[in-house]
Amino acid sequence: MKLFDLRGGVHPEGRKDLSAERHIRILPLPKKLYVPLQQHIGAPAIPVVNVGDKVLKGQLIATAQGAVSAPVHAPTSGTIVALGDHVAPHPSGLPVPTITLGSDGEDKWVPTETVEAPFALRAEEVAARVAAAGIVGLGGATFPSALKLNLSRNSGVQTLIMNGGECEPYLTCDDRIMRERAVGIVEGIRLIAHAVDAKEILVGIEDNKPEAIAAMQAAAGNSEVKVVAMPSMYPMGSEKQIIQVLTGMEIPAGGRPADIGVLVHNVATAYAVQQAIRYGKPLISRIVTLSGGAIRTACNVEALIGTPVQELIAFADGYAQPAARLVLGGPMMGQQFTNTNVPVVKGTSGVLALMASEIGQAEASPCIRCSTCVRACPVGLLPLEMAAHIRSADLTGAVGLGLKDCIACGSCSYVCPAHIPLVHYFNYAKGDLAAQERSKLKQEATKKLADARNERLARIERERAEAAAKRKAAREAKERAAKEAAEKAEAV
Amino acid sequence: MNPIAHSPHAHAPVSIGKVMATVLLALTPATLFGFWLYGWPAVNLWAVALIAAIVGEALVVHLQGRKVRPVIMDGSGILTAWLLALSLPPYAPWWIAVLGSLFAVVIGKQVFGGLGQNVFNPAMAARVMLLISFPLEMTTWVAPSQAPGLLESLRITFFSQPIDGMASASLLGHVKTEFTRGIGLDQALTGYYAPMDMLWGSRAGSLGETAAVLLLIGGLFLIARRIITWHAPFAMLLGVAVPALLFNAIDANHYAGPMVHLLSGGLMLGAFFIVTDPVTSPNTALGQFIFGLSCGLLTWIIRTWGGYPEGVAFAVLLMNAATPIIDQYVKPRIYGRDRKGVALPANKG
Repeated sequence: MKLFDLRGGVHPEGRKDLSAERHIRILPLPKKLYVPLQQHIGAPAIPVVNVGDKVLKGQLIATAQGAVSAPVHAPTSGTIVALGDHVAPHPSGLPVPTITLGSDGEDKWVPTETVEAPFALRAEEVAARVAAAGIVGLGGATFPSALKLNLSRNSGVQTLIMNGGECEPYLTCDDRIMRERAVGIVEGIRLIAHAVDAKEILVGIEDNKPEAIAAMQAAAGNSEVKVVAMPSMYPMGSEKQIIQVLTGMEIPAGGRPADIGVLVHNVATAYAVQQAIRYGKPLISRIVTLSGGAIRTACNVEALIGTPVQELIAFADGYAQPAARLVLGGPMMGQQFTNTNVPVVKGTSGVLALMASEIGQAEASPCIRCSTCVRACPVGLLPLEMAAHIRSADLTGAVGLGLKDCIACGSCSYVCPAHIPLVHYFNYAKGDLAAQERSKLKQEATKKLADARNERLARIERERAEAAAKRKAAREAKERAAKEAAEKAEAV
Repeated sequence: MNPIAHSPHAHAPVSIGKVMATVLLALTPATLFGFWLYGWPAVNLWAVALIAAIVGEALVVHLQGRKVRPVIMDGSGILTAWLLALSLPPYAPWWIAVLGSLFAVVIGKQVFGGLGQNVFNPAMAARVMLLISFPLEMTTWVAPSQAPGLLESLRITFFSQPIDGMASASLLGHVKTEFTRGIGLDQALTGYYAPMDMLWGSRAGSLGETAAVLLLIGGLFLIARRIITWHAPFAMLLGVAVPALLFNAIDANHYAGPMVHLLSGGLMLGAFFIVTDPVTSPNTALGQFIFGLSCGLLTWIIRTWGGYPEGVAFAVLLMNAATPIIDQYVKPRIYGRDRKGVALPANKG
């Protein structure tokens, strides 16, 4: 198959060999699970259980709220210990609303429905079951999957792209799941295609994963699922880039893949879809890669959602040496965390304990305009210019240069010889822009309310004056009539 | 606990210091050749230029209240002085090197705000300042391979011992002089233009600009190491060679051919080490191509019709001034948008 070029891109050291040959192992059942209500893009889920309630594995414990949301299920059987705050899997480490579940050690499932003929289900029914299973994009974006299915079906999708790129260094969770659960993934892919009526199905896998490609090809057989080896380059696994490489098309600025008739899902999401549709199992666990130079035994585990990260690290035999930095996700786009009590959530693809030498951080020096960042940018931006504008607080200028088109992949920061934290500038600016827009909306709303109040007061005043004038006119008319009557009487 | 760091949590093994060191390495063969060709005076001049730049930069950075060490260690001041030294006549007196280096790092760079902030290439700004202020010292060339002894070389560099016996003229200077006497190229080049000598660098000229082949190798090394790209150097050579070829075809007696132009003066040094200066050149591939091409054209125009025999430095400074304009108009197309920045239309396939 003809592939198209990716613009820019970088070749970070892969380091996947640390964990690539380690089979997925099931993590021992933790005593307590901390399940946040928000593990997805959109509104947080609303709890439907109370403290003290006994729940079974897979039972709904929080329901979706509003149009963009996802429900949350009990990862194991046990008792609800607390409904309250727990440290978030976020750099801030701030508390977020969380359901704490004490495990009873029995790991007993709720009754689940096995569907013998899943392809006989109507497309809407597939999407509804995906929504009920709480499935979100497992590649890291955590957008509710059912919404994407419905949106794509309504807008007429031609091509379904399955993302097996896994271009982030260190991460091998998708590699392992494709090697070990290819049959389930392929059925999941076909179910997704069934739900959106896709004409063409492409599975893009980077060519640094030959075993995964072979396993997926074997599972796909002669079906309509086509496995494509892509060159290994970061950020190949980004939605915009994988579409560009496989189809030559670009998502219009500010648009969605559906605008060009494409739907992209992660391979691990396809496996979750298959589990939900065929076996009625909601999303309560995921594959996590434990790696980094400071981890003693790098490995891949299947962890229940809500498992504290420290239990994963203990399972990997702890630290070989003090970690210079702990990261959730991959090193290019992952987030640092400091509290190892943070739970595994639906979007946790990796837990990395990195040594200082792996991070390669250095103090930033002045930009020499070498334009290495320009050559590395997969979007065609001028990172050095954008950063200069942001540094002088000129956000409008930065937006004019394409700040909103930045995908925050980190390629520019990675290659910058001056070690300038370019993506940090861009995310800061995006945050500032969002805050400005919010405050503008607030101001507009305030102004509207004030205007309405002034208008109301003016109207009341006007009405009062009118009423007074009317009363006066009536009184005068009455007086005049009385006078006339008196005059008439006098005349008579 | 360290402050929370933003992604990416990995970095390519690169730094400004490494970039500068690679460029210095690429310059080394041509420099050593210059030392061999012109002897100890060339070494003295080079050393004086470097020392003056380091001391001068350290002093002004200290006066600014900034940390001196990282500024010196980034190697950019050393590179500037090195490039300047390579563009000086090898027997020039010490104070030419000192003045030039100080002008380059202080006026040319630090006054603008230091590394990355200067509009003009510091080495070329210094060279032009020297050329205009001290035309005699800056155009006194020597014929190669007359290497004086160490003691004599110290007299040449530090006590301005006359070098009449060894004086020579650069090819471009010679041609210009002969033109003013009404002598055509066919005679002027006789005995002066030996292509193989030009190629290997055995000719009168600046300290490090004569070894065309070694400079080319250094440049290709930088391209291979991805420190520079081919756009600006290739375009500059093209910008000189194409008009030279055309006009030479029209009137060979008045216009030198492309090989004479490509192998003489500071063109090779300029193409691979000056127009590739990231700070003062455009930041897109197309912009760099336009920049290089214009530098080449201007160089040829100045050489052919200008008052000075050589035009690389002037051409580079003129185009440095045009860099912000090129950057304003030449921008990459953004993903999902057309060239004008308008979002691409939706296409349901």
